Amino acid sequence: MSLFQIAWRNFCYRSLSSALTTLSLALGVGLVVLVLSIYGLITEAFVRNASVGCNLVVGPPGSDLQLVLNSVYYLSQPVENLDYEYYMEFLDQPTRADLLARYGGDPTLGDRAGRFSSAIAGGFAIPLALGDYLGEFRLVGTTPQFFEELKHGPDVDQPFTFREGRALQTLSPEHGFHEAVLGSRVAKAQGLSVGDTFSPVHGDPDGVGHDEEFMVVGILDPTGTPNDRAAFVNLEGFYLMDKHAQPISEQEQATMLAATATYEGDQPLPIPAREVTSILIRTGSMLFGATLPNAINESKQARAAAPIGEINKLMANIVGPLLTALLGITLITCVVAAVGVLVAIYNSMNDRRRDIAVMRALGARRDTVTMIILSESLIIAVVGGVCGWLVAHLAIWGASGYIEDNTGISVHMFTMSTYELYILPLVIALALLAGFLPASSAYRTDVGSNLAA
Amino acid sequence: MLQIQNLIKTFTQPGGNEPLTILDIPEFSMVAGEQAALIGQSGGGKTTLLHLIAGLLLPTSGTIRIDNIELTKLSEQGRDRFRASKIGYVFQTFNLLPAFTAIENVRLGMTFGHGRIDSNRANELLDRVGLTDRAHYRPNQLSVGQQQRVAIARSLAGKPRVLLADEPTANVDPASAESVLELIRTTCKDEDIALVLVTHSMDVTNKFDRVVQLESINRALHSLTPDS
Repeated sequence: MSLFQIAWRNFCYRSLSSALTTLSLALGVGLVVLVLSIYGLITEAFVRNASVGCNLVVGPPGSDLQLVLNSVYYLSQPVENLDYEYYMEFLDQPTRADLLARYGGDPTLGDRAGRFSSAIAGGFAIPLALGDYLGEFRLVGTTPQFFEELKHGPDVDQPFTFREGRALQTLSPEHGFHEAVLGSRVAKAQGLSVGDTFSPVHGDPDGVGHDEEFMVVGILDPTGTPNDRAAFVNLEGFYLMDKHAQPISEQEQATMLAATATYEGDQPLPIPAREVTSILIRTGSMLFGATLPNAINESKQARAAAPIGEINKLMANIVGPLLTALLGITLITCVVAAVGVLVAIYNSMNDRRRDIAVMRALGARRDTVTMIILSESLIIAVVGGVCGWLVAHLAIWGASGYIEDNTGISVHMFTMSTYELYILPLVIALALLAGFLPASSAYRTDVGSNLAA
Repeated sequence: MLQIQNLIKTFTQPGGNEPLTILDIPEFSMVAGEQAALIGQSGGGKTTLLHLIAGLLLPTSGTIRIDNIELTKLSEQGRDRFRASKIGYVFQTFNLLPAFTAIENVRLGMTFGHGRIDSNRANELLDRVGLTDRAHYRPNQLSVGQQQRVAIARSLAGKPRVLLADEPTANVDPASAESVLELIRTTCKDEDIALVLVTHSMDVTNKFDRVVQLESINRALHSLTPDS
């Protein structure tokens, strides 16, 4: 019989004690695995969410983090807006002239390229207008460019795909300025599909509804980004909703060009009456990614923030320490479980001194009985560790649908974080450490007195 | 086969100042296959002598030689190896390991020797003690007599040269005692094993050609606690 077989028989013989000790260790391991998985999921969710396809967000002066949270995560409330003309500073001259012709405004706007347009050449500047809601979900007024230019995914190379329908159009022949695209969670939660209409509500989820209706023309596939939780409407339709227009002075009214774009009596807002909440920017080259924020921030008119930088700061300063503390607590749980192993085996030593003495009388060396006790610790560690890992992953697998719905992250039974590879060796090391005391007690067992006992 | 010369074993009791001599045996020897009943008063040092022969204790002075190996010169690990390969031990209380079945207890008797388990021999020994049909029973599922038979099979598993039996019939009923004793003696004879059997029973000593009164070979006059 091998020493391991002897240890296994001892483990089985004390079945209740062994099972309880193993269970406590399994619970500890399971807890650590769960926390590590949650840690991994949160980290991945943040990274995915920060991989929004733009390297800058430009908004009104204020907190960079708040700007990122409201424009990328659709979480906090936007405080102020930017003039649409400021947004046009990111556009080249032909685009500015085209916008001017379609919507009307100061005739000089189309004469020149925007101040920052050279930095955007090869990239994009997508306007966002936030403020209303569809149910609990944020309404995002934007342009078709949002669905054409923005990418997502770990490598920020995946375009938006549609589970149903298509992207909204600036001026649709069928629905004019009132087309909408829903994120996957919004469509599911609101029970909407292509062809349905909805009316946004003001300011907050419990606010008063607008009269205008938007036609759902597309539903996005899940992306694992905050865009799953957004209802996108045509920026022009957004502007046409009640109280979404800035007042225009008589002087501006007198001098501006008239708009040309119309649809069944709907006249888009002229440029002076427009505002944007923020602008998603991808610079033409990474070099501009470093210099453009300085140029924007120096002007004091607006603020540029890098989403990934802000999210990393949030992770490093708030979320990370909290998760680390949680991980620390669960590791302590593991240590407590290992102490349980020590207590269980040590307590059993009193009953086993005669057994050990008999084995010694049969020729077992001190080292041998020590190894048998350590092997028992090892068995508890391996069985407890594997059971804990399996239970935790079964739980994760059971919750995979919920996780995917809420984070867009697909988890499988054996989705593992790198840290998990260290758990079993760590638990084995802890258990062996815990087994060392009873093992040394076995080592010192006096044969003569215990055989005579 | 077994030669003891000038063997002295002293103990210092807790709180005691003077070491107490338990055994002082100028000479004792046995030849291979010889069988001796060892008798003596309780606390006279019989079990201590068995522990010394088994290498579980070291003498204070003197020599114990078995198969021309000087036991007292071996390291602890050497004595463990020696015990595993040369000594069989039958206890008064059997001392079967409760976590193991009868056949596993027998196999344990060869586990700590050269590491090779001879399953055929284990089965054969269990058959010899008449417990083949109880091979997979645990000790608590066996009668007292059956447990002692398993203990005997275990003690012989490693093909010992000396079998030390410490009152093996004391805890079994008279009928079982007789068969247990017969089993030990026959097996030792068959395998040419020297047998030292401690007993208090006249019925047992009557069956031995050689009966050794410990007091006759032990010059130490002291008597300690029982089974010291």
